[in-house]
Amino acid sequence: MEQTIPEVIRTVPLEYYIYFATALFAIGVTGVLTRRNAIIIFMCVELMLNAVNVLLTAFSAYRSDPNGQIFVFFIMAVAAAEVSVGLGIIVMIYRNFQNTDVNLLNRLKW
Amino acid sequence: MLTVFLLLFPVAAALLLHFAKGNAARVMALGAALVEFVVAVYAAVVSQVTAQTQFEVNVPWIASAGINFHVGMDGLSLVLVLLTTFLVPLIILASFRHDYPNASAFYALILFMQTGLIGVFVSLDAFLFYFFWEVALIPIYFLAGVWGSERRIAVTFKFFLYTIIGSLFMLAAFVYLYFQTGINGAVRSSDIIAFYNLTLSSDQQAWVFWLIFIAFAVKMPVFPFHTWQPDTYTESPAPATMLLSGIMLKMGIYGTLRWLLPVVPKGVSHWGPLVMVLCIIGIIYGAIIAIRQRDVKRLIAYSSLSHVGLMAAGVFSLTMMGLQGTVIQMLAHGVNVVGMFFIADIIQRRTGTRDISELGGLTKHTPVLSVTFLVLLLSTVALPLTAGFVGEFLLLGGVYQYNHWMGAVAGVTIILGAVYLLRMFQRVMLGPDTQFTATIKDLTGAELAVLVPLILMVFWIGLFPGTFMRISEPAIMQIMTIVNR
Amino acid sequence: MQETVIPAASAPYSTLLYVLIPLLPFLGFLINGLLNKKLSGTVAGAIGSLMVLGSFLISVMLFWEFQHPTAQWLAPGATAHQAYTVRLFDWISVGTLQIPFTYQIDQLSLIMLLLVTGVGFLIHVYSIGYMHHDENVGKFFAFLNLFVFSMLVLVLGANFVILFIGWEGVGLCSYLLIGFWNKDHGNNNAAKKAFIINRVGDLGFLLGIFLIYLTFDSVQYAEVFHKASTMQIGTGVVTAITLLLFVGAMGKSAQLPLYTWLPDAMAGPTPVSALIHAATMVTAGIYMVLRSNVLFTLAPDTLHVVAWIGGITALFAASIGLAQNDIKKVLAYSTVSQLGYMFLALGVMGYSTSLFHVLTHAFFKALMFLGAGSVIHAMSNEQDIRRMGGLRKALPITFLTFLIGCLAISGIPPFSGFFSKDEILEHVYQHNKILWGIGMVTAFLTAFYMFRLLFLTFFGEFRGTEEQKHHLHESPASMTLPLIVLAILAAVGGFMGAPMFVGKHYLADYLAPLFTYSKALNPEAFATELDHGTELMLIGLSVAAGVLGILFAYVQYVSRKVRPSEDDAHRSAPESLVYHKYYIDELYNALFVRPVMWLSTGLYRFVEQGIIDPIVNGFGRVTLGGGQLLRYVQTGYVGLYLILIVVGIVLVLGLNLFRF
Repeated sequence: MEQTIPEVIRTVPLEYYIYFATALFAIGVTGVLTRRNAIIIFMCVELMLNAVNVLLTAFSAYRSDPNGQIFVFFIMAVAAAEVSVGLGIIVMIYRNFQNTDVNLLNRLKW
Repeated sequence: MLTVFLLLFPVAAALLLHFAKGNAARVMALGAALVEFVVAVYAAVVSQVTAQTQFEVNVPWIASAGINFHVGMDGLSLVLVLLTTFLVPLIILASFRHDYPNASAFYALILFMQTGLIGVFVSLDAFLFYFFWEVALIPIYFLAGVWGSERRIAVTFKFFLYTIIGSLFMLAAFVYLYFQTGINGAVRSSDIIAFYNLTLSSDQQAWVFWLIFIAFAVKMPVFPFHTWQPDTYTESPAPATMLLSGIMLKMGIYGTLRWLLPVVPKGVSHWGPLVMVLCIIGIIYGAIIAIRQRDVKRLIAYSSLSHVGLMAAGVFSLTMMGLQGTVIQMLAHGVNVVGMFFIADIIQRRTGTRDISELGGLTKHTPVLSVTFLVLLLSTVALPLTAGFVGEFLLLGGVYQYNHWMGAVAGVTIILGAVYLLRMFQRVMLGPDTQFTATIKDLTGAELAVLVPLILMVFWIGLFPGTFMRISEPAIMQIMTIVNR
Repeated sequence: MQETVIPAASAPYSTLLYVLIPLLPFLGFLINGLLNKKLSGTVAGAIGSLMVLGSFLISVMLFWEFQHPTAQWLAPGATAHQAYTVRLFDWISVGTLQIPFTYQIDQLSLIMLLLVTGVGFLIHVYSIGYMHHDENVGKFFAFLNLFVFSMLVLVLGANFVILFIGWEGVGLCSYLLIGFWNKDHGNNNAAKKAFIINRVGDLGFLLGIFLIYLTFDSVQYAEVFHKASTMQIGTGVVTAITLLLFVGAMGKSAQLPLYTWLPDAMAGPTPVSALIHAATMVTAGIYMVLRSNVLFTLAPDTLHVVAWIGGITALFAASIGLAQNDIKKVLAYSTVSQLGYMFLALGVMGYSTSLFHVLTHAFFKALMFLGAGSVIHAMSNEQDIRRMGGLRKALPITFLTFLIGCLAISGIPPFSGFFSKDEILEHVYQHNKILWGIGMVTAFLTAFYMFRLLFLTFFGEFRGTEEQKHHLHESPASMTLPLIVLAILAAVGGFMGAPMFVGKHYLADYLAPLFTYSKALNPEAFATELDHGTELMLIGLSVAAGVLGILFAYVQYVSRKVRPSEDDAHRSAPESLVYHKYYIDELYNALFVRPVMWLSTGLYRFVEQGIIDPIVNGFGRVTLGGGQLLRYVQTGYVGLYLILIVVGIVLVLGLNLFRF
């Protein structure tokens, strides 16, 4: 018996997705707030984005609404663009400071 | 179409000035201003004496929002347009002796300013009015800020901010009123007629009154919103001071007549007494402070504050005498104060100082200057048969009709006016010789060309005020009718 | 006094004439003013004088025509003694307020016209000689002509506002002429003082005009008086109107408490003092009250005030006159005192009597001022009578004419002052015995100080410098001729109102129509007649007061040769009080001038720069300060920004969730 992807997704209860996504998101937030290494912060941001993606996909499947999955594609595209720009900035930071600690970037104050 | 021409011609001329340099720019600017004056006189001659708006143009501007480019002139507008177009050529002529750097920009700004001023006087749409109201502010900011004296930056900054904040309240009120016009399913409109036809409750009118009035009160200025004024008048170059005092402060009074009294009559009757008290405090306060001023320009600035207070009091007296007196006094004050500031400028140019304690004894070698100075001064102290008297007489009469005691207190200005102006005249022109006496030169032809028209105007208004009162009477009557509705 | 309006258009010739009366002097003003330096002094003087002479001749013509309108071309349709107005053009019109430029032609304006142009002409002629050495003769005559113009507008106007035009105009000329020698700030201050104090009065007058308009809905004499004639005596609003008008009169006619400018006004050239500050301008207040006699009759309370202020001023100024040593100052205080007499007469409703005194006073006081001018001229600008003496030999004409003036003012029959003064005292006696007593004392004092002046100046030994003595000379004909003419007028002028001698009170009869309304309103005040015995007794007493004053002065200054002490000499307290004019100037300085100056500085320093401006700037400062504080949020630590973002999101979401 062949199952469609939404059906596969629906084999796991929705609550689990929510718990999982929330955990993922929380890990991302914690990472962003506590780490000072720009690359790790960056990865945590990606984690948060992906937590949202998971949720969007799950809800999309449960509600039989393809819009959610279209959103996911948008997010992935934007995230990819963001990564390229962000990594570029991080490389520039590293070139100037030989370090990627974000607290070094405190010139823009007052 | 005449209105549109009057409105756009100066700005077109200002753009053309860009191609002229130095002397040519002056002459071109003067020529343009004279053409403008001739057209305005023509408009006055062909206009009919009715309350109807004439030379009207009404085309959609932001059509979807019901905002139109609606301009036109009734008697009141016409009188002020006449004043503006009469004074601007003289102000340009008055600046001929100065060699302002970047002259083409200087004169372009003056003409640009003229468009703004005329726009204010002819707009019949709230947003258009607001647009020109702010347009008029920009050139004067640059005129004062670029060509002014030492403290110009700080002073013009204060002036600009003060007036613009004031007018933002007005904008807020206009937006509110604009939405009110659409409240009963009608099409929203910012046209003046729509505003006149609004039926707001007393409470609404009471606070809308202040929103609008603040803008006008700052511009006039009414006590205690006046502190930008003496500094700005003192620090600005002479032509900018003349524009400010001669024409720009009439914007506030005109605005009150056109956009405040008929729009929120209940608000006016509610707050009128308070405003009257403020005005009367301003009259006396300005006059008393003027007594001890040593800087001629600052002294005239405070005297101007006193006179404007009286005009505003005349407006809020809501009597025929007070309102017509205001109209005449706007003309008279425009002529007087421009002349006075010009003479202050002449004296400063000759002697290098405006401090009355350093001056003195000039009269012997400058009889013509003395006579012109004295005539303008007497007009300012409201001597009969000069321009100042008709206005002040009617204004005091109006205030007296409103309240006897207020009239009596406001009347003290005729005593104090004599005190500070005669004191100034005595210190500057009379008395024993000073270091300047021997070398000072009398008026030149170019200076006379400015002062003679002003003096003729002083006597014209003084002897035949009917010329102008006839024009404005129907418009004023109509305002009175709407207010008393 | 029914109004007959002569529209300007229908009577071209006559209008031209009416316009010419003030216009001729105005023309003189323009010519002399514009060609100031180009004309020689004599030519300027001749132009000025001829213009006034022209006005005088036209006035005489009108005066004659007014009584015999036979030709009918001056005022078509007018009957003899009928007042009428001439409409020139519309001046101000606002709603119901119509102020046309109209002239009133009636007995009062005609008499005033004759007085102003007649005496004015004489003084113009006199000035040609007097101002001969001045460098600005052209300017002087220009101002003098401008004054005559304003004064003529004042007396011709047919409504209160036109009257006010002239009223302010003469004030301006007074200012210009007092400060004629403007190099000296003393003169300029005197001029300024005169203008400002007059403005105080003008404010009252102006408010009076407003109240008249609000009450009667018109400012036109004929209409106002006609409406007023139907009112009740003692109506409150009329009392208010008349009090306000009287404040104006106090300023212009130098009554207590607004008299202090007049003595200072003597800083101007002497002909100015004669014309403006003795004969014409200062009587404008009396003219105004006479003009509005109907209103004053309606307000007995005001009349009381007028009478008392007049009486007290008369006595007060006379007492100051006792101790003055400047020849012009003595005359100035005597003018104030005589003006007080005139108001005293007005206050007891002796309207025509008051005008009678205006006329005689114009003759003898102008005469005395011009005489004083002649003395000053001869003494090379010395004005202190302590430096004079024995001048009667050097200046015989001046002495004789001055003597006539003194006799007239002292009320010695048959000189003009006797008749008018006696008539005033008679009127006052009927109304108020205390005021009559004050009048009698004043009459005595007047005679005393006038003859003190005469004796100190013209009798005894010469006390000036050798140089002055050498220069002593009688003035030229242009100066003595006006003196002689005025002396004749001062001597015989009284017979226009001397029923005892000529059988008829010409002046009173002539003026009677002016007071028709007043008479109708309050007949008793006009009807009272004294019996012959009382009348004779009063005459005797007033003459006795005058003679007594002269005798005292004679004993003191001729027999005992007393000389007034020098400025720094020790004086007893009351003497010092009088000598320093009761310290009124000092009092006013302390009460008004200094507080206003102090207030000006105070308001500027503490309110303007201390409160209002700081508040406005405060808004700016708060904004700046707020930015200053808030910018510390921008730490530059990315971690902090992130935490804030998260906290912000949590807050927004949380609030949304719990619907706070």
